[in-house]
Order: sequence, then structure tokens, then C-alpha cells
Amino acid sequence: MIGGQDLGGVMGFGRIEAEADEPIFHSEWERRAFALTLASGALGQWNIDASRHAREARPPTDYLSSSYYELWLKGLETLLLAKGLMTAEEIAAGRASTPPKVVGRALKAADVAAALARGGPADRPLANPARFQAGDRVRTKVLYTTGHTRLPRYAFGKIGRIEAVRGGFVLPDSAAAGRGEAPEWLYTVEFSGRELWGGGADGKLQVSIDAWESYLDPA
Amino acid sequence: MHDHHEDEHEQRAPGEDMALRVKALESLLVEKGYVDPAALDALIETYETRVGPRNGAKVVAKAWTEPDFLDWLRRDATAAIASLGFAGRQGEHMVAIENTAETHNLVVCTLCSCYPWPVLGLPPVWYKSPPYRSRAVRDPRGVLAEFGVELPASVAIRVWDSTAEIRYLVIPMRPAGTEGWPAERLERLVTRDSMIGAGLPLRPEAF
Repeated sequence: MIGGQDLGGVMGFGRIEAEADEPIFHSEWERRAFALTLASGALGQWNIDASRHAREARPPTDYLSSSYYELWLKGLETLLLAKGLMTAEEIAAGRASTPPKVVGRALKAADVAAALARGGPADRPLANPARFQAGDRVRTKVLYTTGHTRLPRYAFGKIGRIEAVRGGFVLPDSAAAGRGEAPEWLYTVEFSGRELWGGGADGKLQVSIDAWESYLDPA
Repeated sequence: MHDHHEDEHEQRAPGEDMALRVKALESLLVEKGYVDPAALDALIETYETRVGPRNGAKVVAKAWTEPDFLDWLRRDATAAIASLGFAGRQGEHMVAIENTAETHNLVVCTLCSCYPWPVLGLPPVWYKSPPYRSRAVRDPRGVLAEFGVELPASVAIRVWDSTAEIRYLVIPMRPAGTEGWPAERLERLVTRDSMIGAGLPLRPEAF
């Protein structure tokens, strides 16, 4: 979806504010929002793509005026409600009034290190051969969808070159919508700065995205 | 969806409002048996004390001093990095990209905040914020200038937008004047920003 999250090329945000000696978290609630999101994710009720979509699928005004961990919290509440793990009334009250839907799945402290070490590999074996090879010219699709996608708007309808074939990977567009992993070949596609930003762009600039096969046509 | 919070904005500072909202959600998640408070503490402790850019600095210094390791990084960065004990969440599929005298690499995630956690830890606020995410792909030279990095016009800039689950680690150029330095000493020159491409390693004179 084209929402507040699709920021590549958007203008007017001003200078980058880098903080010297920045702490990992800026307040106790950020620590807890971070940990609650990871621990709730371990219940296995949603995947990382649904998680990203829950954060971005809101009015751009809301996305852009929320702090980073505020978006994580809002995304987490959205998922908990969507999966029926709690009700809006319970969130408002901060107290349970219905029985838990998932039992005995809570991540234990003793299992945290192993769970983080395992991570969530997204590569999948594919039976079909890759359609493109390194060096091939491709054109990205124009992919307006209200669902989740990882093709950024600035790279819609652009001609690029396959730089690397990365293997089979879960397709976020499908996984976020609960339609299954639908793995596809993933490619690193390189574009010239001028293809993306016009003739006035830096002639020594190249930009790449990682794009799934269904985002691409031969060119 | 959460109008009950809107009413409270008038009376409380935003941070206070968020603190209450997170606390309420945590109580509810614990009461329902969905999360274990001890696991929350373990998650926070991991990323506050054990995982951070010193991990990445070890990878870079080893790449600078051991040609075989550099070769492994080029062929299979995930396995090479895992051999140092850095693996897992948000680093499942690693690719190392090398700066050269001809090309400078810069990593961004325009769509969210993708970042190689096992080697760099959690990303700084600027990396996750609209000014960087919007401009890194369009005007990286301007972005680098704000970080105090002025590259000659002859140096090409290559920006990597992390739109999938591949996580990129920049291997900066080894500073001149460090010939014969052991890896442990070189590590101290490797900054977090230099492994994103938003900075350069420290100069050896300081060490």
C-alpha cells in the first residue's frame, strides 16, 4: 500500500537528527513495547509481514505523527484484536473479561536466547527455475494495492538490471494477507539514479531494491 | 479504533500517555497468559547489553586481516558471520558489501526499519525516521554530508534499499596507516555508522 511508510523520495522532512551517545531505548515504555511485540509474536499467531502491515495500514497522518515504538504498540494492538486474542474493551480496561484464546504458548525467559538465535528464516526451496539471471534487464510493475507489498512507489515502472539472484523467499504480499507463503524467486535489482529521479540526478548514483519475481517483467 | 486514548491527550504529555497504554497492555497480556514478564526482561537485556555494533566491528576487523574470512563473507556472509556467534533474528540472510576507492555503499530501509540486528543491534532513531528513509535513496551525497562525510565527486554511490529479508552489512575500507595492526586494535576504528555506510572508520591517529 502507498501509506505513510512508503517514504523513498518524499521531500520536506528536513535534516537528519543524529543523537550522540544515543541510548538503545529512550524510556521504560519503549523497552516494554519492544519486548511485548517480540514476546507476542512468539505466540505464532501472525508473521513478520502481517506485523509490518499492521504498523503501516493506518492514515499517513497517524503514521507520520507517531513515534517508532508508538507504531509498534499500535500495530501490536491491531494484531491482537484482529486475531481475537483480546477485545477492545479489555484493552481499554487493561483487564481480562474473556478467557484466553491461546494457552500454554507464552515465550519463557529460558527460551529467549534460542528463539532469537533461530530467528525467522524466510528462504524457501523452489521447484521452478528462476525467470531472470544476473545482468538481465527488467521493468518493475506499477503495483498499486491496498494490501501489503514491498515494492516501493519510487521504483514503480522503472527499468533496472538484475544484480543478484537471492533464492526463493516468502512473498510478503501473500503472507501478510494470510494467503500463505507463496514463495518466489527474489532478486536484487539495480537502477541508475537518473532512471529513478530524472535526468538531473547524480550520474554516479545507483540504487537497488530486493524484488520478488512477480514484481518484475522482462525489459 | 482506540478513541478512549484520544480523550486523554488533553490532560497528559504524550510520553505519559504511552507509558500508561503500554502498562495496561502488558498487564492484560500477562493476565491472559500470553507473555511471561521474565521473558520480557530477558529480551530487553539481550538488546541493551549483549547485541550491538561491537559485533559488527569484529566481523569487519576480521575481514580486514584474514583474506580467507573475507572470501567466505563474499560467498556466504550469513555462515561467515555466524562462525563468530552472531546469527538469528533480523540477520537470517546476510550480505556483506565492500566499499572501494571507486564505490561507497549506503544501506537504508525506505519502507520500515530493516537493519542487521545480530551485528549492529537495534537501529538508532535517525535510521528509522522519515528524513533519512526519504532522502537516502534520492540524495545520498546530501545525506552523507550531514554526517560529515564528503566523498570526491568521482566516487560512485550505491544505495541498498532493504526491501526484503536480506540484511546488508557495509565493510568499510581499512584506514591507511594501520598496517600490521591486530584485529582487536582495528575493531576500535569501526563505528556503527561506518557499517551502515553513513560514516567512515575512525582515523588511526586517535589510537
